[in-house]
Amino acid sequence: MTSILIRGGRIFDPATGVDAVGDVFVTDGRIAALGTPPAETADVVVEAEGCLVLPGFVDLHAHLREPGFEQKGTIATETEAALRGGFTTVCAMPNTEPPPDSAPQVADLLERFRRDARVRVLPVGCITRGRQGRALAELAELAAAGCVAFSDDGSPVADARLMRRAMELAADLGVPLSEHCDEPALSRGGVMNEGALSERLGLPGAPASAEVAAIARNIALAEETGARLHIAHVSTARGVELIADAKARGIPVTAEVTPSHLFLTEEAVWGPGSEPAYDTNARINPPLRSEADRRALIEGLEAGVIDAIATDHAPHAAEDKACEFDRAAPGISCFETAVGTLWTQIARGELRLATVVRALTAGPASAFALGHRVPGIGTLTVGGAADVVVVDPSVAWRVDPSAFASKGKNTPLAGCELVGRVRAVIAGGVLWKEEASLHAGRAARSR
Amino acid sequence: MARSTAPQTAPAVPATQARWTRKDLLDTEGLRREEVELILSTADAMAEIRRRPVGKVAALRGVTVATLFYEQSTRTRASFEVAAKALGADVVNLTAAGSSVEKGESLIDTVRTLESIGVDILVMRHPSAGAPAVAAKHASMSLINGGDGMHAHPTQALLDLYTMRKHLGSLAGRRVVIVGDILHSRVARSNLWLLLGEGAHVVFCGPATLLPRHLIRSLEGTPNFHWSTDLEAAISGADVVMALRLQKERQEHGLIPSVRDYVRRYQVNAERLAKANPGVLVMHPGPMNEGIEISPEVAHGLQSLVEEQVANGVAVRMAVLYLLAGARAR
Repeated sequence: MTSILIRGGRIFDPATGVDAVGDVFVTDGRIAALGTPPAETADVVVEAEGCLVLPGFVDLHAHLREPGFEQKGTIATETEAALRGGFTTVCAMPNTEPPPDSAPQVADLLERFRRDARVRVLPVGCITRGRQGRALAELAELAAAGCVAFSDDGSPVADARLMRRAMELAADLGVPLSEHCDEPALSRGGVMNEGALSERLGLPGAPASAEVAAIARNIALAEETGARLHIAHVSTARGVELIADAKARGIPVTAEVTPSHLFLTEEAVWGPGSEPAYDTNARINPPLRSEADRRALIEGLEAGVIDAIATDHAPHAAEDKACEFDRAAPGISCFETAVGTLWTQIARGELRLATVVRALTAGPASAFALGHRVPGIGTLTVGGAADVVVVDPSVAWRVDPSAFASKGKNTPLAGCELVGRVRAVIAGGVLWKEEASLHAGRAARSR
Repeated sequence: MARSTAPQTAPAVPATQARWTRKDLLDTEGLRREEVELILSTADAMAEIRRRPVGKVAALRGVTVATLFYEQSTRTRASFEVAAKALGADVVNLTAAGSSVEKGESLIDTVRTLESIGVDILVMRHPSAGAPAVAAKHASMSLINGGDGMHAHPTQALLDLYTMRKHLGSLAGRRVVIVGDILHSRVARSNLWLLLGEGAHVVFCGPATLLPRHLIRSLEGTPNFHWSTDLEAAISGADVVMALRLQKERQEHGLIPSVRDYVRRYQVNAERLAKANPGVLVMHPGPMNEGIEISPEVAHGLQSLVEEQVANGVAVRMAVLYLLAGARAR
């Protein structure tokens, strides 16, 4: 295997407390040296002066679309997008066709990952058969087959008794349940956040109470069963409060937030103009919420109430979005803009660097207890997995979806100027480098 | 044949007015005062044409107007068709039922097809809010929103304003009560923005389940905006009472306990109108459920402007078509 030297960057790892300018040397798929120049010469050198050198990012929530929806994305295209976004570990959500609700389906997925994935992909198995919310999937078999969590993804388990049973079994297995908390009786038909804006635009709204009620229910069930409950993409201020309260009472709850909900509000549906654009690329589930909610999500992340930033990367084909707003498929292609929006928020002073990096690395690794499977995941440690990201925190760039590696060009950020960009990534010891930085590196050397 | 008999004179539009520059008419929210004035004064000229023996001009000769309705409509579609024909335009009528839309054609493909056929102005009604905005973005022809979901129905609000002005002159300080299913009403929303712009007092009245609670909260502090769940209180001192159609499915969905309960609390009837200002005007965007949101004697009483609204609708829509076509010609 090629040996790689990342030279002169600011090595930053909140999990180990490292924050120092130095070199990272990678060989044989492991981190061989950290901070000090290596004894050997490297096959490849990445100049990282002025850049951050971080542990590879861990995404607890992404949609790779394969099998079943290859027109939206494939394991090959979407993990290439993940790689370019700095995500070296991705948890694949189970809303595929067929969904991974049995051990053979999981085995098929693992074989596809082994064959096509550019980064480490870990499967999330279904809670119920066919994600139908009627009968439990064989959770023990799914766990044995390698599922890191259980979830019915965008089809929340509406039947509270069934959810309680699932939690009892998941608690016994020690596997977290990642739940999209949404009370369908309240949110049914809603296509954006319910509020003054939805009522001005005449679009049916999904109220915050739909999420809040479901979070409250699931926390109560987690408290009774001892199951590890992971709240997927929390989007409401009151939801954050409930999670904080549950954590304070020692209930095993973790939570994630998306870069989209941290960066955008419901105003993105209107768009930047004086007349409403009904931007279908801003349709997402849970919906983009109010500015007060966004502020509360930032505070919750800073306070450690929210453990992880997860992309909810959801690529769609053009025709899924080129339609009426209420007929558009929900979801944002997020892998390749996550660093840009997060570092823009760091530059604005909305988020702290340590908070963002922890929530992209050690936070999610711990929420799904991934360290048991991949020693050293989410940190930079000598002898640990060679998952490293080099981020240039100051470069400004404009979002151009046509340049995405993802098949999904669906983002409300097209044309938006962001600050901060992934320059290079080592995933499992293999280097990817952005073309521009290659040129810049050559120019620097020739001088 | 009609064309040859029509006078070749353009409508007598005041030359001092601001020019119309918009490609589309999608909403009343965001319309400037001078744009509203231009539409209404142009509508006056159109009403004058309609009073002539022939009632037609050739101002839009060579212009193709299409109506594309994804929802049922009688008056709006007929009104646009008559308006376009009165200006000498060629008119194509399309419905979603029985067209390529039923075969699964997307909105954008349908719109592009119509543009390729040579349609200059497309009047669209659609159950999805924002559908005309999406269509307008993908087409260079002009779009007129003939009603989109719960969002907007700009020509209805313009004809309502035109009708109110004919009776009241300026609307500044006048009290306009809109009663019924405000939450789902594009007519109420489009009227709200226009009437607030005119300086009228607007009162939204209806049961709590049929009021847009967040929109109302966001308007608190707007001096001319009021709301009430009590029709007797709302109607007191009213100059105009506009009843909205109550969809029967609202009861099925549990938004009202029963039609009987709604009638008891919110029907616009003679007894309640007695609390309004003398000479109060009664309006309804149609089609009416007589005996539900409006009593039959009020619907057809001396104070009712319902038929006048329909007649004025043709003049207002002629004005909108004429202005949009004029902007295209430039």
